[in-house]
Amino acid sequence: MSDPAVRLSGLRKSFGAVHAVTGVDLDIADGEFFAMLGPSGSGKTTVLRMIAGFETPTSGTVELGGADVTRLAPFERDVNTVFQDYALFPHMSVLDNVEYGLRVKRVPRAERRERALAALASVRLEGYERRRPGQLSGGQRQRVALARALVNRPRVLLLDEPLGALDLKLREEMQVELKSIQREVGITFLFVTHDQEEALTMSDRVAVFNEGRVEQVGTPAEIYERPSSAFVAGFVGTSNLISGEAAQAVLGKEGTFSVRPEKLRVTGLGEPVDGAEHSATGTVSEVVYAGPATRFVVELDAGGRLIALQQNLQVSSMDVMSLRGTRVRLVWHRRHEFAIVS
Amino acid sequence: MNTTANTTPPGPPPPAAPGAAPRGAAAPAPGGPRRRLAAFLHRHAPLRLSLLLSAPMLWLGVAYLGALAAMFISALWRTDTFTGDLVRELTWANFQELLTAEVYRTIALRSVGVAAAVTLIDLVVAFPMAFAMAKLASPRAQRWLVIAVLTPLWASYLVKAYAWRVLLSADGLLGWGYGLTATIITLSYLWLPYMILPIYAGLERLPNSLLEAAGDLGARGWRTFRTVVWPLTFPAVVAGSIFTFSLSLGDYITVKIVGGRSQLIGNVVYDNIGAANNLPFAAAVATVPVLIMLAYLAAVRRTGALENL
Ligand SMILES: Nc1ncnc2c1ncn2[C@@H]1O[C@H](COP(=O)(O)OP(=O)(O)O)[C@@H](O)[C@H]1O
Ligand SMILES: [Mg+2]
Repeated sequence: MSDPAVRLSGLRKSFGAVHAVTGVDLDIADGEFFAMLGPSGSGKTTVLRMIAGFETPTSGTVELGGADVTRLAPFERDVNTVFQDYALFPHMSVLDNVEYGLRVKRVPRAERRERALAALASVRLEGYERRRPGQLSGGQRQRVALARALVNRPRVLLLDEPLGALDLKLREEMQVELKSIQREVGITFLFVTHDQEEALTMSDRVAVFNEGRVEQVGTPAEIYERPSSAFVAGFVGTSNLISGEAAQAVLGKEGTFSVRPEKLRVTGLGEPVDGAEHSATGTVSEVVYAGPATRFVVELDAGGRLIALQQNLQVSSMDVMSLRGTRVRLVWHRRHEFAIVS
Repeated sequence: MNTTANTTPPGPPPPAAPGAAPRGAAAPAPGGPRRRLAAFLHRHAPLRLSLLLSAPMLWLGVAYLGALAAMFISALWRTDTFTGDLVRELTWANFQELLTAEVYRTIALRSVGVAAAVTLIDLVVAFPMAFAMAKLASPRAQRWLVIAVLTPLWASYLVKAYAWRVLLSADGLLGWGYGLTATIITLSYLWLPYMILPIYAGLERLPNSLLEAAGDLGARGWRTFRTVVWPLTFPAVVAGSIFTFSLSLGDYITVKIVGGRSQLIGNVVYDNIGAANNLPFAAAVATVPVLIMLAYLAAVRRTGALENL
């Protein structure tokens, strides 16, 4: 087996009394599109900066392709970064920005030009070579930053919330584009985001960060369908927890359990329930109509509340709104409920 | 007190905004005259701006440019050789003498040399200090360092110059004696804060992420400095050098205290105002630093480095 592109072992970083990263172990395979997902302040940027070499870990090691680089300077590491604020050089043209890394490495002029133009083409920025960064839109600047990093063909590309500053529509376009660029160049992408949807749609694997440590690592489906902690269940999607007495009454089990809203079926009280299914009765306290689907908030008779998401296949907003205040039964398959470690 | 209210000339009340007057019952009752005036000024932003700027503009126009113009004009007068009285006739005689007399050319060149040396020394000392302050020190240390750089400015110029005189005197701590070198050292010390502060401000505005991006792309310290830090802080360096260069060019006290027998442009001006009682010639000499500074600014502009931002 080959060495992972990135291996973090026992990585910690404290800024005085602030413990930003409190023990991270991660292996990221070659060619993977890997997301670090977590709320603001959970230490994602600090981990990324330690991989890039901008911060020295308080303890632990960073390996790139099997070599320990923990103490190396940024310019000695085979990684490149797309900065959150893009960090384009404002006094250079787009082309000079993209050529910067190649010029530093003394790549001959002709090859330099050719590679820079190819990189700009791959982010669809032909014809913008002579512009200054100040004359570009946010999305274009973002793509220049991407080209400037990619042109060096690093082993790993680090991206810190690269789409954070873009508006929703552009962000969705760039998500697709980033993914296809990554597939094309085959470089490992290590990508920081606080947007769970972005992490789930783009990545091969996700690490969920909380308070300086990794709560769970897995494929998007694993993270979403089988969150290993209440934090992950809550941060990735709606948590929908059943615990304490309600768990006893509804499931006949001790502990805390979670069911995703779209796995719940809203039915009348008299509906029959399959043997492979669990159900709970309650009162609809809130109905939110959202076009393709409707969100029901149901207060359980056994205590607690669940949120159910139903496709609006046959119904209109009139129909669903009239359900507020009525008594319903929520039904789900047993394999969609899972225990949460608290 | 609203100062703009005082400077507004008396006149008819400002016209009401179109469409605001009719249907009085629904509209809020108009406030007092000060309120109406404030609202009027709010609607007429250019007028407001010119009122706010009137005091500084007046100062700039009359006191500053006026004085400069007066200097140029008086440089074209002369004094009567026998009586010493001012003769208000226009003549190029003063400038002719300035250009033809060997001694003035030497002094002018020497002054430019001293100013250039002081600027260079200050730049070399100030840049690393400003960089350490802006990019390496903790925010707390940064505040203290700024204060430390400012404190020498609170002490009297004369006290500092005399302190250097003591240091440099033959039996002083340094004992290098007086002369041009002593003048350059003392002036470099005196004007150093004026170089540090603009560069510090320029580096403060330079995002750290740009330095990190250069390192990330493989650049080491020196290349990062040459290709990113220097081009982006160059305007700040120019600002600092204008201070140190022009302050050195105009100085006549330091050179009197530690300069031994050396003379600079400032001494010639001073001596012609005082001992020689030749005000027009003093004015003519005083235009020289002004012209040198203008030439310097034009040269800097021509490099195009200032348009980089
Ligand atoms: N240079 C620093 N000095 C002090 N505290 C820092 C520094 N960088 C980050 N932190 C702190 O470390 C924690 C994690 O920050 P960060 O890694 O930026 O989180 P994220 O990227 O997940 O939002 C935060 O509490 C932040 O305030
Ligand atoms: Mg961050």
